[in-house]
Amino acid sequence: MKHYDLVIIGGGSAGLAAAVSAYEQGIEDILILERDKELGGILNQCIHNGFGLFTFKEELSGPSYAERFIDLVEQNRITYRLNSMVIHLNKDKILEYVSPEEGYVQVKAGSIVLAMGCRERTRGAIAVPGYRPSGVWSAGTAQRYLNMEGFMVGKKIFILGSGDIGLIMARRLTLEGAEVKGVAEIMPHSNGLPRNINQCLVDFDIPLFLSHTITRIEGLDRVSAVTINQVDEKFQPIPGTEKTFDVDTVLFSIGLIPENALSEEAEIEMDLKTRGPAVDESYQTSLPGVFACGNVLHVHDLVDFVSEEGRKAGIAAAKYIKDQLVTGHSFKTQADKGIGYIVPQTIHPVNVEKTIELMFRVKNTHKDVYLVIKKDGNEFRRMKKKHLAPAEMEKVVLRKADIEDVQQSVSLEIMEEVA
Amino acid sequence: MYDIIIIGAGVIGGLIAHRLSKYDLKVAVLDKDNDVANETTSANSAIIHSGHDPKPGSLMIKMNLRGNELYEDLCKELKVDFERCGAFVVATDDEQIEKLEVLYKQALERNVPVEMLDREELLKQEPNLSDHVIKGISLPSTGIVSPWEVTIAALEDAVNNGLDLHLSTKVVAIEKKEGYFDVTTNQGVFQAGIVINAAGLYSDDVYRMVSTQASYSITPRRGEYFVLDRAENPVVGRPIFPIPTEKSKGILVLPTIHKNILLGPTSDPIIDKEGKDNTAEALNHVREEVSKTVKNIPMHTVIRTYVGLRATPNTGDFIIEEAKDVPGFINLIGIESPGLASAPAISEYVVEKLIQNIRPIELKKEPRVERRAWVILNRMSIDEKQEWFKKDKRFGQMTCRCELVSEGEIVDVIHRNVGAKTVKAVKRRLRPGAGRCQGGFCEPRVINILARELNISPTEVLLDADESKILVGKTKE
Repeated sequence: MKHYDLVIIGGGSAGLAAAVSAYEQGIEDILILERDKELGGILNQCIHNGFGLFTFKEELSGPSYAERFIDLVEQNRITYRLNSMVIHLNKDKILEYVSPEEGYVQVKAGSIVLAMGCRERTRGAIAVPGYRPSGVWSAGTAQRYLNMEGFMVGKKIFILGSGDIGLIMARRLTLEGAEVKGVAEIMPHSNGLPRNINQCLVDFDIPLFLSHTITRIEGLDRVSAVTINQVDEKFQPIPGTEKTFDVDTVLFSIGLIPENALSEEAEIEMDLKTRGPAVDESYQTSLPGVFACGNVLHVHDLVDFVSEEGRKAGIAAAKYIKDQLVTGHSFKTQADKGIGYIVPQTIHPVNVEKTIELMFRVKNTHKDVYLVIKKDGNEFRRMKKKHLAPAEMEKVVLRKADIEDVQQSVSLEIMEEVA
Repeated sequence: MYDIIIIGAGVIGGLIAHRLSKYDLKVAVLDKDNDVANETTSANSAIIHSGHDPKPGSLMIKMNLRGNELYEDLCKELKVDFERCGAFVVATDDEQIEKLEVLYKQALERNVPVEMLDREELLKQEPNLSDHVIKGISLPSTGIVSPWEVTIAALEDAVNNGLDLHLSTKVVAIEKKEGYFDVTTNQGVFQAGIVINAAGLYSDDVYRMVSTQASYSITPRRGEYFVLDRAENPVVGRPIFPIPTEKSKGILVLPTIHKNILLGPTSDPIIDKEGKDNTAEALNHVREEVSKTVKNIPMHTVIRTYVGLRATPNTGDFIIEEAKDVPGFINLIGIESPGLASAPAISEYVVEKLIQNIRPIELKKEPRVERRAWVILNRMSIDEKQEWFKKDKRFGQMTCRCELVSEGEIVDVIHRNVGAKTVKAVKRRLRPGAGRCQGGFCEPRVINILARELNISPTEVLLDADESKILVGKTKE
């Protein structure tokens, strides 16, 4: 069985960044396994602009952003295999992958970076009533058809979910000559970036129905109509508010779920809130030598942050291979009142160089509140926050000196402003 | 001229065709749809019931008990899975215990294996039973199958051995002639000495085509379900039934042969035989009911909902008989639950009683052509998989991440004698699209494979029925 120092599962934005940074740390025996026919992952179907503002200080299309990293992989002659899907992973860090070139191959890895990305939540996951005809898509699959396969998915379209994929597909389909009749969002606010609301909906006169959801899909064979209803505070449809649209296609852009079939198979400890592996400050999972980064770990808003996480995971994997990662005393991070999740879930202060970033999302939208940081239950710091929303990943940065005395936990919570 | 025409390629028509293919007869199956097993056979609870529930003295109980006996060997012969996983019926209050005791006695009288268990004993085997459960019966002879796999395999085996299968062939009229029938379809007129009406939901309509005295009628009874993602250790290991009511066996939590969990079904009489739409009310009802018998159901792993329509007759029992007013015309009307469990027994009864009453039949002398099992690489060792890959590189192109299905496996089912011609037909045989991403990854790939193998444009590829094209055209150049 062939051995590699580092195997990276997934050649998308997280995996590419991890490969490049591990290489820069002196690790040369790297294998990237990518299931699609080219490197770049989901970036390849994101032909719109807007990627790379943080990383490269310019606005790139998805494929151009990916190209920057692919060029580095090529220049450094990092080995990668395409059409190669990892189908099994076990606790001994033995992977099985399959490709039409080699067939079924097992390799043993010294270290692994999980960078499998995420999948889309589907219509089935939210159990939308009505028929189950053709013409019902998740938005990302429809995007692949349009931008990579060259096919149109419909002519008259309704979209559920105002996340960025849904907004961008509304514009893309309109430019292709389809009529987008509306976008419904169950929340009272959009989850997309403000610039996408303007550039994708407002500029094309596409109505956005906030606090609405699809309550029925019609059509035995092909979609013939959708009905939407306004929802109450508990997100329950309000009778009498029905609006019906004559459409042949419905797109669902209702969230992403980290793709962790392999992590589960290897019995890696998962965080039920992120639905990704629980990791420490080095992005190491409960299985020593296995790291996770990008959307397989938790769903991100911007690719720049995925690349950054990949970069850090790559550095940590290199340290592990060189036997420079230390264990020892650790404490937990704890998502308290109002906080949805925190990554990382565990911190070994000894591995923190100067600072540690806690990435988190809040559960609800807030205005003018305090974000309170507690160490072992005692308030350490509070920060005033003008605006917090679940759709926007937030972070707090702690100095090494701040956390060296922590025994059990660092927690975050939201506190209403007291008059 | 056929000796026998069977109308309907569901599990009932399929298993009758399979049994008849052993006899020296010229037989055809006609079905209105473009794939077999496309109606009720594809949307039910997939349980081979023990026979504890049907009314005493009914055809239902007679057929259910015999069907349960026959299933295991049938599945071996067809090379499809059968699992005798057992089942529990559980009571949650004192009133229900009385009913449980009635069921227990009824099972004993029928020689259905049964055991009365208290809460502790139940929990040892099913730790996720709800806190309300106080007593239950175990029915170890209960089994699970994939109803569509049974049907497809039966028809593949029958076609191997001389059956003519005519799909997309909708019967519009039947005329009794002197000693034979004219069966008129959208594909022309077929003739046969005997016609078997296995048209499921439409069996009352088909009977009316040939009879002026037909008094049977079918009311579709809608059952709605949730499907949960596959899991190594599903929340339950066997079907968990509540105490049955007058109208149904109640809402169950059960594992499938593929390790998914099903929640359902509801039981609502409707008018429309195409009323396969989910309703918010019924889905909410399922959510409430399942929590009475089972706890810790991972609702966040729901991947799909579906609807099955039971062909409920106005007589309260299966109708399995040669029509009194139309000699040579055999009716199978109202084969609702436990129809799947009864199917092998119904097939046996139809062939060996009803047909033999009409005319003598003889077993074929030539040896049978065995059915080749589906290639399922995911169940093989890495060396076995590599052998298939060496034969054809397409066994190394993974098409479906969730269910791990390769392109080679898909190409194989497209070109079989009961070939898959639509995305749904491929899914039914091999499960790409049946997993947690619901086709998000594999569907574009399956479409491309179907287009290439059927020599059509991707825009011509169908999801399911003939009007269900998926793509509407090319993008702008």
